[in-house]
Amino acid sequence: QGQLLIDKGVRPLSLAGHVGFDSLPDQLVNKSICQGFCFNILCIGETGIGKSTLMDTLFNTNFENFESSHFEPQVKLRAQTYDLQESNVRLRLTVVNTVGFGDQMNKQESYQPVVDYIDRQFESYLQEELKIKRSLHNYHDSRVHACLYFISPSGHSLKSLDLVTMKKLDSKVNIIPVIAKADTISKSELHKFKIKIMSELVSNGVQIYQFPLDDETVAKVNTTMNGHLPFAVVGSTEEVSVGNKMVKARQYPWGVVQVENENHCDFVKLREMLICVNMEDLREQTHTRHYELYRRCKLEEMGFKDTGPESKPVSLQQTYEAKRQEFLVELQKREDEMRQMFVQRVKEKESELKEAERELQSRFEQLKRLHADEKAALEEKKRLLDEDQSSFSKRRAAAQLLQAQSLTANGKKDKDRKK
Amino acid sequence: MSEAVVPDAMVSPAVGGLHGEKAGGPAVDFSYVGIDAILEQMRRKAMKQGFELNIMVVGQSGLGKSTLMNTLFKSKVSRKSVLATAQEKIPKTIEIKSISHDIEEKGVRMKLTVIDTPGFGDQINNENCWQPIMKFINDQYEAYLQEEININRKKRIPDSRVHCCIYFIPPTGHCLRPLDVEFMRRLSKVVNIVPVIAKADTLTLEERDFFKKKIREELRANGIDVYPQKEFDEDAEDRMINEKIREMIPFAVVGSDQEYQVNGRRLLGRKTKWGTIEVENIAHCEFAYLRDLLIRTHMQNIKDITSSIHYEMYRVRRLNENNTVMASAELERTDAQYPSTSESPSSVTC
Repeated sequence: QGQLLIDKGVRPLSLAGHVGFDSLPDQLVNKSICQGFCFNILCIGETGIGKSTLMDTLFNTNFENFESSHFEPQVKLRAQTYDLQESNVRLRLTVVNTVGFGDQMNKQESYQPVVDYIDRQFESYLQEELKIKRSLHNYHDSRVHACLYFISPSGHSLKSLDLVTMKKLDSKVNIIPVIAKADTISKSELHKFKIKIMSELVSNGVQIYQFPLDDETVAKVNTTMNGHLPFAVVGSTEEVSVGNKMVKARQYPWGVVQVENENHCDFVKLREMLICVNMEDLREQTHTRHYELYRRCKLEEMGFKDTGPESKPVSLQQTYEAKRQEFLVELQKREDEMRQMFVQRVKEKESELKEAERELQSRFEQLKRLHADEKAALEEKKRLLDEDQSSFSKRRAAAQLLQAQSLTANGKKDKDRKK
Repeated sequence: MSEAVVPDAMVSPAVGGLHGEKAGGPAVDFSYVGIDAILEQMRRKAMKQGFELNIMVVGQSGLGKSTLMNTLFKSKVSRKSVLATAQEKIPKTIEIKSISHDIEEKGVRMKLTVIDTPGFGDQINNENCWQPIMKFINDQYEAYLQEEININRKKRIPDSRVHCCIYFIPPTGHCLRPLDVEFMRRLSKVVNIVPVIAKADTLTLEERDFFKKKIREELRANGIDVYPQKEFDEDAEDRMINEKIREMIPFAVVGSDQEYQVNGRRLLGRKTKWGTIEVENIAHCEFAYLRDLLIRTHMQNIKDITSSIHYEMYRVRRLNENNTVMASAELERTDAQYPSTSESPSSVTC
């Protein structure tokens, strides 16, 4: 793209003296120093494969690490942000590790949390970019710039989980595959392993990150390094005395694996490529390729289109406004529906209650009548009883009278007889 | 769906910085990571991409605008030098003419666009002469915005926004004219204005100092914020540097693209009967300060302020305006709120 500046109507001009704008790159760099840099690395690999150790080794520092269990029900991601400084360069580094990757019995959905995380960072940048009042220059860029995919050192080939995951991620992030724990593979096995891995990636159409070749200053070293992919790495923060120096190494009974010895592993190559040579390109690719793709897909999904040149800016806004209106109308409709339903339910309940009330009333009436009937019956009985009683007492009185009469008559008779 | 953990709070590593130092013992070989190599990477990327700079010159005809541009960039960048048929006639209305050049210095490539405004301030009735210029500046912002909100957008959006507007004040020696005040008042809100006193070789040093003081007072009195604007100073160091500059503006400049022999050296200057004025001699005129400000020290800052402040302000206005297109009643209220910007009858360009 060196022809970027030569377009129609622009003529090249030669300067008659020193103007001074050759200080522009310095001005730009100074500004960046003031602002600081941001770099985000995502490490995907099985539990215990050495992700955290490699990060510690790469950045020469002790990040807070937890040993994860192997019993995570789902894959999770843990992101941690650190402020590092080297000479006058301030770096805000975010390291994202997968937790529980490859531990589940069913790994079909293992890639999803990773994809979701990456998309979330893109989304949040997109949101900021679409805001009306935005501050992109102060925005903490959390988009993943590099993804280190840790391959198990089986020595044979990639696992299907590896292929599936990398295929899902290759259009979203710069993938740099690394062979972890490379001290378990012999040199000859390693060579065959690397070839097998690369051919499998190619045959499955997985696009890994290629170190850029367009700048002559670094094209040569990048070409060489592209041929060494995937890097076989060993991580260690422990120092072992070798010769008269203390070096980062892993000590075994049969020897010492030195991390920074290029004959032992590709750690130095990884550090060189990831940090010293291509960090800026990784950031740029993330922004100009992966993010743009996400943005394009997302906006198209939401229904935006670039219409004819006459109505470009308005169309985005109009479509947005139209969608917003649509959404509001939809909301209103749903609200109305709910209100109606509510009113309906209330009516129903009301009528139900009324019905119940009526029923209750009629029962009450009925009971009242029953009660009245019984009362009447009882009264009747009482009356009869009273009648009975009164007639009985009458009869008794009459009987008594009769008895008394008969007694007196008998007495008289007796008296008469006695006489 | 499993939830990613929200990033933890910022943690500085336990070891302060990446310079590992161990007291005593054998030499430690593990301190350098290589993070500072990113500066070199950035520089490389910048050199490869090249830079863009758009400067507008505004002032009455005859004030030496073209000559100054040629002097600044040590080549024939002005329109007059380029066009074979250099028009000597003053145009009837203000025209906006821009011409671009590809220049290179020590591997740094730059596309320089000089935007000329012939006819400014030359008419009998100069009311509203800032309008076409304002419209041009806003049109550049509009073009950038249009490209930015495309679905399919270019990898690098071509930047035609006016980064800096050099305003030429005629060397009357007294004070600013109403035209100057009006123009700078309106345009300082949308673009970085760098006022200069043109043809400063007609002023003695005392006259010049007096004139400059008067101009600064008038700018302050009218609330005109020229570059470097006070409110955009980032930190104490910035403020200190910029205060020194603010005490010197407007720069009194003399332009020349002819070299003369002075004291055995070939220097850019103006030869008169009473002496030769050396353009790059700070005892004679302040051209060197202007050049240093514009090119050697503050060029990136000028571009940053244009993109992160002026352009953003335009974008906010524009996007808010679109939102109110739906409610036409509100649109009138918005127009009333920004009278200084919606000059043209069409309310789309604001």
